[in-house]
Amino acid sequence: MIAADRPDRQSAKLLTVEANGGMRHLPRTALAMLFNPGDLVIANDAATLPASLCGMHLASGEPIEVRLAAWVTARDPTRFIAIAFGAGDHRTRTEDRPLPPIFSLGDRLSLGPIVADVERVLDHPRLIALRFLGDRGVILAGLALHGRPIQYAHIAVPLALWDIWTRIAANPLAFEPPSAGFALDWRTLAAWRQRGINFATLTHAAGISSTGDPMLDERLPFDEPYSISERTAAAIDQTKSTGGRIVAVGTTVVRSLESAANANGSVRTGCGIASGRMARETRLRVVDAVLSGVHQPGESHFELLRAFADDAVLNRVSAALTERGYRAHEFGDSILIQRQLRTVR
Amino acid sequence: MEAAMDLKDLRVAITGGTSGLGLALVRLLAAQGVKIAFVARTTSAVKRTAHETGTHGIVGDIGRKADIYPIALQITGHLGGLDVLINNASSLGPIPLEFLADTECEELDQALAVNLLGPFRLTKALFGALAASARDGRGAIVINISSDAAINAYPGWGAYGASKAALRHLTAIWAEEAKADGVHFRSIDPGDMNTPLHALAIPDADPATLKHPEEAAADIVEAMRASLPRRTAPLFGTPA
Repeated sequence: MIAADRPDRQSAKLLTVEANGGMRHLPRTALAMLFNPGDLVIANDAATLPASLCGMHLASGEPIEVRLAAWVTARDPTRFIAIAFGAGDHRTRTEDRPLPPIFSLGDRLSLGPIVADVERVLDHPRLIALRFLGDRGVILAGLALHGRPIQYAHIAVPLALWDIWTRIAANPLAFEPPSAGFALDWRTLAAWRQRGINFATLTHAAGISSTGDPMLDERLPFDEPYSISERTAAAIDQTKSTGGRIVAVGTTVVRSLESAANANGSVRTGCGIASGRMARETRLRVVDAVLSGVHQPGESHFELLRAFADDAVLNRVSAALTERGYRAHEFGDSILIQRQLRTVR
Repeated sequence: MEAAMDLKDLRVAITGGTSGLGLALVRLLAAQGVKIAFVARTTSAVKRTAHETGTHGIVGDIGRKADIYPIALQITGHLGGLDVLINNASSLGPIPLEFLADTECEELDQALAVNLLGPFRLTKALFGALAASARDGRGAIVINISSDAAINAYPGWGAYGASKAALRHLTAIWAEEAKADGVHFRSIDPGDMNTPLHALAIPDADPATLKHPEEAAADIVEAMRASLPRRTAPLFGTPA
């Protein structure tokens, strides 16, 4: 089921920006015909948790929504960093949502079938660390049955889990979907395979993308755990050694790969933590091009693109996206930006 | 570089895991140390089987669309991925069995929901995890439990037979489409077994003429083993 105001896969658009700054407007289905034999496309295969939980702050009796936003320890579903909202729901813009009750250490939250305690009160009224009570099975069942995908005020129909899992979604580790991956389907992967374009994945626990609170948003993205397999690292080495390009599907993949990069452009395998923002001063060691959703200047996703292209190019990109009516949200259109020649250092 | 995959690293999901063939599969694989998540509708039966076998039980109804993603989330969340999916849960349709002209539309709906749509939806929800496993060199297989009623036109078995025939063809097509992704698909007919489902269909069958579900489970595990990468071959016993 696709929400009424979401473009279907067939009508989505794609803006490509070549290494020399040249731009083309394509239907996104043309992705299957892009890239060259020997190139390697790398996507994030994280599935997305239903990270929004409604319930009650027992000490005050006030209704509350918590949005799980980051792992305390990767893959441990008992403890999370969360962002809390007071009364209301996703139909109100997050910017306009009231603050939650004032939290104290140990406050209990009743969240449908599961219960959590405030384990730490962090340095913002909306920000807490919480710990679910019970064993993993109980908590996973509680999240699966009571949790809802983080909703967006701009989408009228509530999103279901099947709306927010990409076609390649595997383990539920992300808090919001690694949405660039919505551009992929199995037919596209088959077409790439036939044309000699290689495909690999990593897993990056994409965190919450925006809170509606400017002070909190400045801290985003939170630390995000990732893992890179030996096979993916070997495919990168192989691609680099034969002159192929590395195409990252989504900013999360750029963050993982560049966090794990060695000076020679290879990557470290295993688990790591991507922290901090990437921006114009970030030197790209691994990634040659990024496929991304359409984002606005100032958002961390957009700022990351400054590592690929300078302001002049990005200003032209922004103007072209506006002029052609590209849809700028999680389920919108896509851009593919090659690392610009002048930014190669 | 491919390290031998320890059997204890194999991650298997089984639907309909609290009775008949599904329960036999859970018990057999649990005894081999495989990481298992099983699904069934009844909370008390799920708790009993989980307790008995030391495996992870998930309460859910494969025939309900709304249950599928919560089930998939719990499977991958608990196992950390998935190598093998066994779609075993089945519905007979009308009980007692009826001629098609006496079958209510809702009864056919129910058979299709559990025997066809459920396996399709769950496999689709888990396909990303299975393909990830294949890309990682672990291998991946979906085993859909079939029946000779999927091939032969037995009077009275219309709802069940038609839904199982559709599942069999779905499996065959998916096998072709997913081959290049490294995800195997198999339809397996376990034969007539002495199970609660069979007793509902043919209450007066002589149990002595029926296969034990444990035997069928062993055959299925053997087929599963054969479809996984060779380095996982020593599923039973030690490598030579």
